[in-house]
Amino acid sequence: MEKKSIRKAYGHALADYGAENTDVAVVVADVSASVQTRFFAEKFPERFFNVGITEQALVDFAAGLALGGMIPFANTFAVLFLRAAEQIRTSVAYAKTNVKLVGSYSGLSDYKDGPTHNIECDIAVMRSIPNIAVVEVADAVEAEKMVPEVAEYDGPVYLRLSRSEAPIIFDENYEPKIGKAAIIRDGSDVALIASGVMVYRCLKAAENLARMGIDAYVVNMSTIKPLDLNVVQKVAADTGAIVTAEDHSVIGGLGGAIAEALGEMKPMVLERIGIRDTFTETSRSYDALLDHYGMSVEDIVKAAQRAVKRNRQIHI
Amino acid sequence: MVYHPDSLVRELDKIAQILRLDALEMIHRRGAGHPGGSLSASEIITALVFHHLRIDPKRPNWEERDRFILSKGHACSLLYAALARRGFFPVEELKTWGEIGSRLQGHPDRLKTPGIDMTTGMEGHGVAVGAGLCIAARRKNLNFRVYVLVGDGECQCGVLWEGAMIASKYHLSELTVIVDRNYVQLDGPTHEILPIDPLVDKWKAFNFATIEIDGNNMRQVLDALDIADEIRDKPTVIIAHTVKGKGVSFMEGEAKWHGKPPNKEEFAKASEELKRRIHSYGEEID
Repeated sequence: MEKKSIRKAYGHALADYGAENTDVAVVVADVSASVQTRFFAEKFPERFFNVGITEQALVDFAAGLALGGMIPFANTFAVLFLRAAEQIRTSVAYAKTNVKLVGSYSGLSDYKDGPTHNIECDIAVMRSIPNIAVVEVADAVEAEKMVPEVAEYDGPVYLRLSRSEAPIIFDENYEPKIGKAAIIRDGSDVALIASGVMVYRCLKAAENLARMGIDAYVVNMSTIKPLDLNVVQKVAADTGAIVTAEDHSVIGGLGGAIAEALGEMKPMVLERIGIRDTFTETSRSYDALLDHYGMSVEDIVKAAQRAVKRNRQIHI
Repeated sequence: MVYHPDSLVRELDKIAQILRLDALEMIHRRGAGHPGGSLSASEIITALVFHHLRIDPKRPNWEERDRFILSKGHACSLLYAALARRGFFPVEELKTWGEIGSRLQGHPDRLKTPGIDMTTGMEGHGVAVGAGLCIAARRKNLNFRVYVLVGDGECQCGVLWEGAMIASKYHLSELTVIVDRNYVQLDGPTHEILPIDPLVDKWKAFNFATIEIDGNNMRQVLDALDIADEIRDKPTVIIAHTVKGKGVSFMEGEAKWHGKPPNKEEFAKASEELKRRIHSYGEEID
């Protein structure tokens, strides 16, 4: 199965889109080589600003660019945006400046650098701030296609990117939209709702479940806010059993968002796959780290089985 | 730099006193606000809004207008009064400050109030935001300048110096930062809370051109703003030495008036003092 770098796809897409839209500017806090904004920098040095290790000013500076009519993509590691949480809230979200915050190296994907660089709570933070759309991409195709979508979205966006080389899920016909979930596999017994790299793991889990006679939906919930309630409602009504999966804490992220939605909609069986309220460790491989912290394909399969069982018990 | 005739200086001086009275009245009516740091900045805000900034009250969103960021957003009562008297919205509206549904928030909100270029209120943001605006102006070939008014306590914020480094990296001569150096912050004198001196040397070290003035002297404020505009290779900071609570004798230099509204008696006393001064300018201005 083909794997491609999400950050490289993002970097190339940004450079391509920069040719189309001359209002796009890229700001980065000394991680250009890491987050792959270097392609844009090579093509458009006059619209590329490396501001050094100044994450707070990175956000404020981007807000200033937006006030002047530019469309700034502000880039750093996802964990480092926490340093600028107040800037994001005041100068971007509350002031509604058209800033695109791109948090790279998300979740456990910077496995080699360890827990200081891993980030389990960025979605939770961003999601609780009004006015910001929160988006996570599942593969390189989605990363590439999401760039124009993010740029043309009217208002602040937090785009979460994994550092990983991820298996390709989507083909060239896929057209992601902010606020729209994609059902990528139909089911009837259980719905696996995932974001980011966990989407592929859910597809794998669904194949295993099918062999056991469990028919699983797989939903790519690339927009975590605003949540696509229509799709949540549909798969919930069809199955009565939901499993969420994300490379993020089960608190406040996709799992949290779905729990909140279901709680207000129609309470039903929910199992959440993600980081269980803990800091993690350094690892020699991303996949091993995800597996170690309860996010393996097998963990998803077991969660789905539990969900189906619990759902049947309710309905006996 | 142009010579500023005495009549202009006198006219602006009178406006600065009127705005002081407006601001105090607003703070008193609302029972909330920040008298000390509003009064200290009156000459600076008056000089900008009534003379120096290229702005048009009829076109608050005019693309080529100069931008003013009140980074020390807690001084907004005085800025609201200035914008109202300059014609951005009715003076009568000042009475609604802080009420639910009002366009005048507790701190400046760019989406609600005509004439407010950036939402502020948390210290430290203005310099970096201003730097971004200057770059956008260059990219879009818009001929505007950016003025940022910061407090001296605000010069303790790390993000302010991050912004200063960015502004000097890109030689943003379109940027003028003004420090309202009133020596007092919320909890007490700046030298006791966290010393910021040598302040001029700090800005010099960050590659800003520096000008030091008496920020409550209208002529010096006007001259400094002109000089800053003429500097072509780097951003400028004007260190404006002011008096916290300026214009009201019992508030001057007192930390307790940072965020405390005057009661009825205190307001009456302050108002009498300010009115007397306003009348001393004669009746040539409304």
